Amino acid sequence: MARMKFICDAERCIECNGCVTACKQENEVPWGVNRRRVVTINDGVAGEKSISVACMHCSDAPCMAVCPVDCFYRTEEGVVLHDKDMCIGCGYCFYACPFGAPQFPQAGAFGMRGKMDKCTFCAGGPEKDNSKEEFAKYGSNRLAQGKLPACAEMCSTKALLGGDGDVISDIFRDRALKRGKGAEVWGWGTAYGKPDNPQQQAPKGAKS
Amino acid sequence: MISVRKFVFAGASLIAVVAITGCGEKEQVVVYQQGKYQGKADTKPWENDPGASLYTTSKWKAGDKSGWENALKSRNQNQNEYTRAE
Repeated sequence: MARMKFICDAERCIECNGCVTACKQENEVPWGVNRRRVVTINDGVAGEKSISVACMHCSDAPCMAVCPVDCFYRTEEGVVLHDKDMCIGCGYCFYACPFGAPQFPQAGAFGMRGKMDKCTFCAGGPEKDNSKEEFAKYGSNRLAQGKLPACAEMCSTKALLGGDGDVISDIFRDRALKRGKGAEVWGWGTAYGKPDNPQQQAPKGAKS
Repeated sequence: MISVRKFVFAGASLIAVVAITGCGEKEQVVVYQQGKYQGKADTKPWENDPGASLYTTSKWKAGDKSGWENALKSRNQNQNEYTRAE
């Protein structure tokens, strides 16, 4: 079964913000809400590195753990989504998230802090697939159209990979072996857990 | 006379019952169970066929989960320029 994940290759990201623009355009995200953004470390210094950050759809998601109204759920594909009809906009998930993914619109019926909005892995939300209601609340449901997240598909240097964890890690591994450096996958340990025994060899013929 | 009294009493009782029913409280909020999602159920992405959505290259039949997975896996390879270039 597909387990959806993101990888951002810091060796390749050129800080073009194409992923941010693609996300905004695809989901018609309002001003002030950034489901995805590009973070640069050591900006302006030789050797600076950039990564594109959004909700990583963690295996053991802290947002799910702290939500007082339990409005989060995880789909079969491992995508962490939430029901905006239940969200009370308390902001606990924002404090719990190690990636700063949850966003809160600053205008609207709920005053200073509206209902939480975050990356949906372009999987919509708990409404009928590809319906007007789903698009208005959660944005596009590309997975139900047989597509992958717009940010990853639009990435010009293919620094951002999104899709089935097995497939994208194979792509990344192949790439890192060919160039001989930059095998660090930033955020994966936090999002998907560290291996119990890092020295353990993978069984022959088995998938990662 | 008695029958009129009974009639008035019955009528008043009926009005009272209807009025009190209006005060009845019906549960309108979710009863929360700690740690359990109780929002709306979501549909699976493979439950509908892809339809005629713009730029889709994936094809599967409604409800065909493995067909959907294979379609996404092949689309995933578009992100691998090593296979695209060969």
